[in-house]
Amino acid sequence: MSEPTALVKPASFLERLKRFFTPRRQVRDSHPVAYAFVAPYLLMFAIFIIIPVIAAILLSFTYFDTVRFPQWIGFENYINILTNDAEFMQYVIPNTLKYAVIVGPGGYILSFLIAWMLAQLTPKVRTILALVIYSPSLTAGVTMSVLWKVIFAGDETGYLNMFLMNLGAINEPVAWLTSANTLMPIMIGVTLWSSMGVGFLAMLAGILNVNQDLYEAGYIDGIKNKFQEMIYITIPTIKPQMLFGAVMAIVGTFGSSGIGVALSGSNPTPQYAGQLIVNHIEYFGFNKYEMGYAAALSVILLLVIYAVSRFAFRLFGSKDE
Amino acid sequence: MNHSKSRFQATKINPKRFHPAQLRYLAVLLPIATFMILPLFFIFNHAFKPFEELFAYPPRFFVTRPTLSNFTNLFAVTGSSGIPMSRYLFNSIIVTVLVILVSVLISTMAGYALSKLHFKGKKAINEINTIALMFVGVAVTIPRYLVIEKLGLIDNFFIHVLPYLAIPVGLFLVKQFIDQIPGELIDAARVDGANDWQIYRKIVVPLIKPAIATIMILSFQSVWNSADTSATYINADVKKTFAFYMGTLTTNTNAVAGQGMAAAASLIMFVPNLVIFIIMQSKVMDTMAHSGIK
Repeated sequence: MSEPTALVKPASFLERLKRFFTPRRQVRDSHPVAYAFVAPYLLMFAIFIIIPVIAAILLSFTYFDTVRFPQWIGFENYINILTNDAEFMQYVIPNTLKYAVIVGPGGYILSFLIAWMLAQLTPKVRTILALVIYSPSLTAGVTMSVLWKVIFAGDETGYLNMFLMNLGAINEPVAWLTSANTLMPIMIGVTLWSSMGVGFLAMLAGILNVNQDLYEAGYIDGIKNKFQEMIYITIPTIKPQMLFGAVMAIVGTFGSSGIGVALSGSNPTPQYAGQLIVNHIEYFGFNKYEMGYAAALSVILLLVIYAVSRFAFRLFGSKDE
Repeated sequence: MNHSKSRFQATKINPKRFHPAQLRYLAVLLPIATFMILPLFFIFNHAFKPFEELFAYPPRFFVTRPTLSNFTNLFAVTGSSGIPMSRYLFNSIIVTVLVILVSVLISTMAGYALSKLHFKGKKAINEINTIALMFVGVAVTIPRYLVIEKLGLIDNFFIHVLPYLAIPVGLFLVKQFIDQIPGELIDAARVDGANDWQIYRKIVVPLIKPAIATIMILSFQSVWNSADTSATYINADVKKTFAFYMGTLTTNTNAVAGQGMAAAASLIMFVPNLVIFIIMQSKVMDTMAHSGIK
């Protein structure tokens, strides 16, 4: 099997777009029927991904309360976010950073190390352990909040409270999910628990498919231990899977960030302890009906995700393009 | 010499035999695996606990006298508007089956064209789709709501299905997989007089079954677990899905009686996920080997 063909890096996207709109001679062996094959996907893609993104960008420059037609107000929403939104600056930004750094890179490194260790085991043991470690990601975080509510219940019927009280670690029940000190660590723990998903499987498959000869050659060239083997052979060889895993980790991190509201049961979360940017968006959109403002927050979030992904592409992307 | 060679064979990546050097990895992985499975194990126990055990003080982890009463209660209970649980489950099954069938069809068709056919705009589409891998749906919940409202799809049953049809990751994986099929195979079929639809149906689809299994799993997970569409776009209770209903069990009904039913419902949510993944796991791993972004 040959290597998967290289995808062109998104950096050259604008340039390609320009070329697309400049007339040129008919492409040889063109297949007009191809448009019929891509049309259904593109239609759905446009309606539910492209148009909402464009709408978010346009609405972010307006005041829109869902009743009257949006009024163009220029950069006012962005200026207000940066200068007038005390909750955003005081809670949402620090919370999102803390959550994203631990769950994103933290979870990513963890899933790579787990995949790497799994690859050192015999196939049967590996398959079973990989299945066990992967299975929490099947629960899709938010859906399982029912379970977490029982475990972290704030009175003595909560399993964690009961357990810690029996051990004598605490004297009275802790309101885990509604207290500002404990909500964030629990959110991070729960998300990490369910984060060994598709990216984890991709990295595991990548590690298992590294050509064994590379290792033998590496040992001849002076590699001395497993750690050097991982740094000098495994990671450089599976860069494409590392990148896929990184993108999945980024998407998973921001995509799961509704968890604080799901766990605590209120938006805003108690004392804004678990308030992340996604919750802030929904609060302004669905609770206060300030759609323009919410859209500006969405655009900021999309830009942040894009910037972080670009960074991942720089780390692991192929340099030959 | 012979000894060190055999040690290398047993401690290398993907070893065939057991070697004591593997124990150190097991020493790290077993506690992690235990931590991962504990909450799931808890659900299993909780779902089969009789009423007294659910609220025994002090609470117990293991079930001592397992019963199916939580499941029978779950099926007997009706929502606040008199809709039986089975209705929500039925809705979820219909929605999930539709999403899987249609998303597999449209992403494999698009994957074939984007990998093997030449047309203007192909590179741009591939690039936009790669950027869209980073797309996070929750970021645009509000503009998406406005688009759906403008299309008049609020409270339409198909709004459960439509947003999940285009999955950039799914198309990406399928396209990478189709890239592995040699172009000569397609050309030979074309020389024999096959048209593109026949090539797609008779050659491409049978060769990319692992990738198809993977999109099936990805779309199954996203749609079966999702309560968002019911919460955001649907007002009529009768059109809502099981995942949504599950979330209301502990908040709307009596929290005491709700707990056991919620655990039973979680189990109903989780088990199909697990079974489908176990059945298809080797195919998924096969696809994942080609998942790299270059």
